Amino acid sequence: MRSQICLIDTSKCIGCRACQSACKQWNQLPAESTTFQGSYENPPYFSCMTWTKVVFREHNDNGRTSWYMSKQGCMHCTDAACILACPTGAIHHTDHETVAINEIKCIGCNYCAAACAFRVIGFDRSANFAKKCTFCYERIRSGLKPACTSACPTGSLVFGEERTIIRQAQDRIEQLRANGRSQARIYGLNEVQGTAMLYVLEDFPDRYGLPADPSVPIQTRIWNAIYGPLRIAVVLAVTFSLWANFNKNRELDEGKASRQDAGGGKR
Amino acid sequence: MTNHWIDYQHSDVIMAIGGNTAENHPVSMKWIERARENKGAKLICVDPRFTRTAAVSDLHVPLRPGTNTAYLGGLIRYILENELYHEEYVRSYTNAPFLIQGDFGFDALTGLFSGIEDDPLRSAKRYDRSSWQYQKDEHGHDAADTSMQSPDCVLQLLRKHYADYTVDKIAEIIGCDRDVLEESYRLFATTGKPGKAGNILYAMGITQFTHGAQNVRAIGIIQSLLGNMGLAGGGVNAQRGQSNVQGATDMAILYHIMPGYLGTPQQAHHASLADYLSQETPEAGWWTNKPKYFVSLLKAFFGRHAVEDNEFGYQWLPKLDGNDHSHIAMYKSMAEGDMEGLICWADNPAVSGPTASDKRRYTANLKWLVSVDLFETETASFWKETGKNPEDIDTEVFVLPAAASYERAGNKANSGRWIQWQWKVQDAPGECQSDLWIVNELFKRLRDLYAEEGGTVPEPIVNMAWQYDDSGGQIDIVKVCQEINGFHVDSGSLVENFLALQDDGSTACGNWLYSGYYNDLNKPPCQRREPETEGIGSHLQWAYAWPLNRRIVYNRCSADPEGKPWNPDVPQVWWDDQTWEWKGHDVPDFNTGLTPINSSRAPFIMLPEGKARLFSAFLSDGPLPSHYEPADSPTANLLYPEASFNPISQRFYENHVVETDADREKYPHVLTTYRVVEHYQTGIMTRNMPWLNEMMPELFVEIDEELAAELGIDNGCRVAITSKRLENQAGIEAKACVTQRLRPMMVNGRKVHVVGMPFHWGFMGMNKGAVANDLTPSVGDPNTTIPEFKASLCSIRRCDE
Repeated sequence: MRSQICLIDTSKCIGCRACQSACKQWNQLPAESTTFQGSYENPPYFSCMTWTKVVFREHNDNGRTSWYMSKQGCMHCTDAACILACPTGAIHHTDHETVAINEIKCIGCNYCAAACAFRVIGFDRSANFAKKCTFCYERIRSGLKPACTSACPTGSLVFGEERTIIRQAQDRIEQLRANGRSQARIYGLNEVQGTAMLYVLEDFPDRYGLPADPSVPIQTRIWNAIYGPLRIAVVLAVTFSLWANFNKNRELDEGKASRQDAGGGKR
Repeated sequence: MTNHWIDYQHSDVIMAIGGNTAENHPVSMKWIERARENKGAKLICVDPRFTRTAAVSDLHVPLRPGTNTAYLGGLIRYILENELYHEEYVRSYTNAPFLIQGDFGFDALTGLFSGIEDDPLRSAKRYDRSSWQYQKDEHGHDAADTSMQSPDCVLQLLRKHYADYTVDKIAEIIGCDRDVLEESYRLFATTGKPGKAGNILYAMGITQFTHGAQNVRAIGIIQSLLGNMGLAGGGVNAQRGQSNVQGATDMAILYHIMPGYLGTPQQAHHASLADYLSQETPEAGWWTNKPKYFVSLLKAFFGRHAVEDNEFGYQWLPKLDGNDHSHIAMYKSMAEGDMEGLICWADNPAVSGPTASDKRRYTANLKWLVSVDLFETETASFWKETGKNPEDIDTEVFVLPAAASYERAGNKANSGRWIQWQWKVQDAPGECQSDLWIVNELFKRLRDLYAEEGGTVPEPIVNMAWQYDDSGGQIDIVKVCQEINGFHVDSGSLVENFLALQDDGSTACGNWLYSGYYNDLNKPPCQRREPETEGIGSHLQWAYAWPLNRRIVYNRCSADPEGKPWNPDVPQVWWDDQTWEWKGHDVPDFNTGLTPINSSRAPFIMLPEGKARLFSAFLSDGPLPSHYEPADSPTANLLYPEASFNPISQRFYENHVVETDADREKYPHVLTTYRVVEHYQTGIMTRNMPWLNEMMPELFVEIDEELAAELGIDNGCRVAITSKRLENQAGIEAKACVTQRLRPMMVNGRKVHVVGMPFHWGFMGMNKGAVANDLTPSVGDPNTTIPEFKASLCSIRRCDE
């Protein structure tokens, strides 16, 4: 059971992208170099520099225009494909049930990104590890709201106790349906056994650019079943190699230092 | 705004017209969403484009840019024909029963009102407004017919004027589906019932037309007919685009207005202070106090030098010479070499002005130019533009780096007239200084120069009361606040509010409307931050709203003539039968010494007749808003065949707008300009911000799919846009945004395509792009000379890769 989750009420989203820039600001993520490619949505993809963004989708149904905007990013799934795909156990559920990447354990294999149904994991080539939304773990541990949520001007993003948020979402769905939005639905309550992002949608998920039925790929499950027991060995191997590398570096450094000392002495 | 942001939560129907509220005023949506969630309020979005506001609205009414008056006139007719107006409100609180002169008339062929004559000053037309006045009864009072049946009464004139504004006709003019149009009328007119509140909010999509002021008038008429003025959830709500643009207007940013909306004296009419006061002070209404405010202002300007014998320094004030000196006219003077220098303070007309490429050309005629801004603007760097040779330009440019708003303390007035203090957050970098510091240093140096060297008319400068320095010679903002608030000249003690101001020179006040906002040095009202206790979101103990901390103006109208609130759920003020006094959740905007019936006779206290003006002789281009096409129009005027665009509008250049069919073929598409949430105004602040550039990296033009297919334009490809203003030039380049959010419109039996462009780009900063305003025309509204940015004609072609 999660303690706190985030409501994403797309019926109140105006696409202002305050969440998107608040994420960049709090996490000090650099701006990407983009071009205008025909949509307000930018950057075009999630990356190690873009953990959350507003996805824009235009539709025309028999002359009726709609323009759906929704904040998307890591869903912090309960049945998280990335955790199952990770060979080193770098990706894990935290004590707040968020999905986090331990950068020390990450070997940059990118399997997590391939397994994720939401395509929200980025890869930092220079540092060689995966990066994604942390759900502002440090903020929520300190009793603050995630940065994106605190920036939302309309009440589209609400952070709170899981029970309260689910009730709020259900009430909103009822209201939207009574208002003629017969396709209004909750998304993220049962998908992948529940996510930390609970969406209120006015239409089918795919019309927002969300997967209709997100799940852990069968390959990932098989891979995890075979590989899972070996994980401890992999971790040990990686740890050993890191330790060995560290010692080697230390020896090198020490050697360098002594040579410098020697040089100083000569002079 | 007559109301305020938080008050939106009480609306039953909200109409966003000529304003993209979700995009450009995101916080408004918090309160609109609250109204929708808590009381099932509906949001109507009237906009040529399917905007981010349309995306969250209940009903989107697409209309052709520049046809707002037709849309609103159609709504007036719908309300009148279907008897949906709030009858008791209209009878008691508006001038509907008043009788207008018998020789008043309107010619539906020419679209002209009675009184048209030649204006020798402007070589254009103007109105003699004598036939637009009220009839007088035998006692000299305004005559009225309380049955509202007389053909001369305002209500019947209104019916007659808008009789042709049928739903079918309006649909044909504005290019909208008639059923959608009628549904929007039906929905908004439901707020005419007592106890219901309709809110019309707007921005530059109402005002930036050659008939912009009349658009605002039309909104006022609708809100008065439906009884939506003065009550919670109602109002005429102009949403201001910048955190303190309301404050700038209050403090007289316009050349024809002095602080507190006192008119600038005119050379031809106001030779003396006595002339000004006698001619500008009406016989009834709150403005009878004008002499107190004007003399107190002169005392604030000239201090001990302002005495009765020298008319309190009145002769040192600059006077209007009868010519237009607004933005477009000023640049025309510059083009003609009549201007020597220009100080551009937080202004970037090289991008924001209409026909901006001409503006940049004219700037080279200046001897000197000062730019005060956060970054190097296109105006300051006009000489760096591609194609310009700096060697040919003699203008000397000074750039003064200014502090950003969080780097200085001061107060801001928001759209809801709340004057809120903002504390400084951090020091400004480098040599950047606050605007106040810059103006103080500038003034002191000027004064010293005038004192030493004399010069032409040194008196206004050397006699100016300007003692804002602290003991260390630095500007002290509190001293400025004290002067704006007003004080007793003898004792120096602060006045409680503007009720204490006098016309004998015993008080000084920099802006009567703000008086009271800083009346306590230890606890200035503008710094108050107490939570609200009224229960309806008035927040009376949070900051200070002008005037007199009133949150909703004309709030006498929230109650019926007996003093009972129309809507008891959210009462503003009410008459307590037990105690025989007025009570309220707001500061009453009327004389509470009067009984309900007496106060109900003049609830609009600023006007001499005390009633909302459905018919008004105030504007120069007609007593009733009438449909005129924009200057650049793709069609003839379907209502008034011999009229095209506003016959009184301000025109400055020949061969500047599209007037022939040949030109209409050359520039067939309707262009509208706008803002996006990611960038701000001319982009000077935001285009230097990488995170915002990432989201909106390039100038784009929105085009509907049908037009794109016709012109072979793919989504995201480069296109060139040109207009009559850039005739025989290549046009400006932008990326194409081919979208379903724009649709072709059927106008007058012909298909018209609307294209839209944001105007945030220029050739300076981190993110460069073409200037959209190079395309827009320099024509203006006759009352304000606001340029017609929102509707013009253009042509588009694909750029060869």
